[in-house]
Amino acid sequence: MNSLGLKIPFYGLILAFGLFAPLMFPAYTNQMAVLWLMIILSLTWDLQGGQMGYNSLGNIFFFGFGMYVSAVVQIGLVYDVGVYTRASGGGIFEFTPVQYYTGLALGMAAAGVLSSISAVILGRIVFGLRGPYFAIGTLGVAIAAGELTGAWGWVGGGQGITMPQVPGDPDSAKYFLYLLNFSLAVVLFIFLSWLYSTRFGQAINAIRDDEEKAEGMGIRTTRYKSICWAVSAFFLGISGAVFGNMIGFIEPLEVAFQTINFGIFMVVMVLLGGKGTLWGPIVGAVVFHVIKELTWTYLLGWQWVALGAMIVIIVVYFQDGIMGWVKRKKPEWFGIRVEEKEFAGQPEAAE
Amino acid sequence: MSQIISNFSILLQAPIFNLSLLIDGLMIGAVYALSAYGLALVWGVMNVKNLAQGDFVMMGGYTAWFMSLYGIHPLFGVPVAFVLMWGFGWVVYVTIIRRVIDQDLFTSLLATFGLAIVIAQVLNILFTSDTQTADAGFDSFLLFGGLVTIPQVKLIAFVLAAMLAAAVILFMKNSRMGQAIRATAQDERAARVMGIDTDKVYAFTFSLNAAICGAAGALISMIWVIQPFFGITYSIRAFVVVTAAGFGNLPGVIAAGLGMGVIEQFGGFILGAEFQQAIVVGLLLLVLIIKQMQYARLRQVVE
Repeated sequence: MNSLGLKIPFYGLILAFGLFAPLMFPAYTNQMAVLWLMIILSLTWDLQGGQMGYNSLGNIFFFGFGMYVSAVVQIGLVYDVGVYTRASGGGIFEFTPVQYYTGLALGMAAAGVLSSISAVILGRIVFGLRGPYFAIGTLGVAIAAGELTGAWGWVGGGQGITMPQVPGDPDSAKYFLYLLNFSLAVVLFIFLSWLYSTRFGQAINAIRDDEEKAEGMGIRTTRYKSICWAVSAFFLGISGAVFGNMIGFIEPLEVAFQTINFGIFMVVMVLLGGKGTLWGPIVGAVVFHVIKELTWTYLLGWQWVALGAMIVIIVVYFQDGIMGWVKRKKPEWFGIRVEEKEFAGQPEAAE
Repeated sequence: MSQIISNFSILLQAPIFNLSLLIDGLMIGAVYALSAYGLALVWGVMNVKNLAQGDFVMMGGYTAWFMSLYGIHPLFGVPVAFVLMWGFGWVVYVTIIRRVIDQDLFTSLLATFGLAIVIAQVLNILFTSDTQTADAGFDSFLLFGGLVTIPQVKLIAFVLAAMLAAAVILFMKNSRMGQAIRATAQDERAARVMGIDTDKVYAFTFSLNAAICGAAGALISMIWVIQPFFGITYSIRAFVVVTAAGFGNLPGVIAAGLGMGVIEQFGGFILGAEFQQAIVVGLLLLVLIIKQMQYARLRQVVE
């Protein structure tokens, strides 16, 4: 598993699947796009929940924030945002392809950058909170953001915003947005696997293991925590921007700041896969997404109950996650050597 | 914005409205204090932060409301909700809480969050997402020539909440079980060494919490509205009150609960009812920020 000879075909297979699967099964393009989105969500959560030990329940804030930033930028480049939202889209406003693509590119960039900045500012406020206070505080930020956006008429309030459509025929538009999700997930994965191998990765692991001691060893904890959260927020903001375009209609409580939907999913996916590992969040996201799609299809009406029960079961009975379980069963796959105790002398002694 | 200013000037020009808001706030705050007291109990004794607190409240509320559908007066719903939720709390303890009690705090937070989703969704399927009120059919007292109305049902709820709180406090002070609970809160290991069955104490504490929440919910169903998804707001309210007061501080919890009710009434009147949830969350953030500044000062003193 660790040798290079196996790794190249393995990654090649995933890349090929990612690029061509939607062309082979066009009916499932959206589900697969959401799958990559789930992977982005769980990887960014694990960056600061699993690796740094700051369990946030409100990371969805950056997702929704990025979504709204990109919407405002995309629309604001061409029209007056207030006028646009008051007309509720309504098909009155057209976007030429050039306008759309420059808007999207700028919107994604702005979403990422502004989300990072907001993470640094928020970090000043909430990073003094430890443990469960941090979790509740961030949850509060996410809920408050949803409520306040809902009361803000300029960005459409509770009515939401109808997003500009991707130009071109619907199938290639779908594939385009799918590719955005996919490439973001790939970039994020490559970036994180590099990041975890650097001093930065070790520093945030030290913060997780014992923050006071890490500080005593001369690690500037506040700076590391801010950067870590800002990285997480950067990717979350961009993914929010992409998702907003994908779903076509954004609204504060159900789409952007969906606290109990994606907001809790990202935590559960990481726990299911295994906290603090590189592959755990990915495995967790895939398994969770498949289970979620199945419950949505076969348990209609009861799907939320099933999902809540699943959260409880995963958290209570399956703490280590899938990767933790594999690690216990097959430690040698992870480069951990288990010393077999030698009892060679004993049988002879018994004789 | 002009709406906010005009609302504010109403309060200045007609001081009698202040009184009416104050009384309303205190009466609702009494119920908040009740559910916050349950959370303080569980938090202090078991170190479990229960995010399903508000959903227990809603379950109690739906018990009373469901009984009122069959012509039983919702006041009888209070003891029934107390008993039913006691049993439910025990089941939750045995299946979930017992297994997360030694884990880190985030685990219990997340497990109870999952439980909160389950409860809210089951209530939604059973009773739909409409807001409901159990009609108690009482009149209102009119004071100051009708400017201040005090619904009798709110007064009764206030008195019942106070009585229940007094009963629980007396129980904790005087009974054998209450002593065991307090001993376990102080030092779990020492309590075990002294022969206290801490598992039983935990089960009892958690059931008591659920029962208190159930009774509080039955009261809320009479004086206000219940809805399956309002639970999380009550959880946050309880959390705000306990964080502000500290969990060992019973008078503090009661004062903070009453204060919370009053602030919400005034805030809702001035800003408008649609900001109700935002006010609660804003208070949470405010309390957490103040707490953090206190910590920061403490760290500086230590250094």
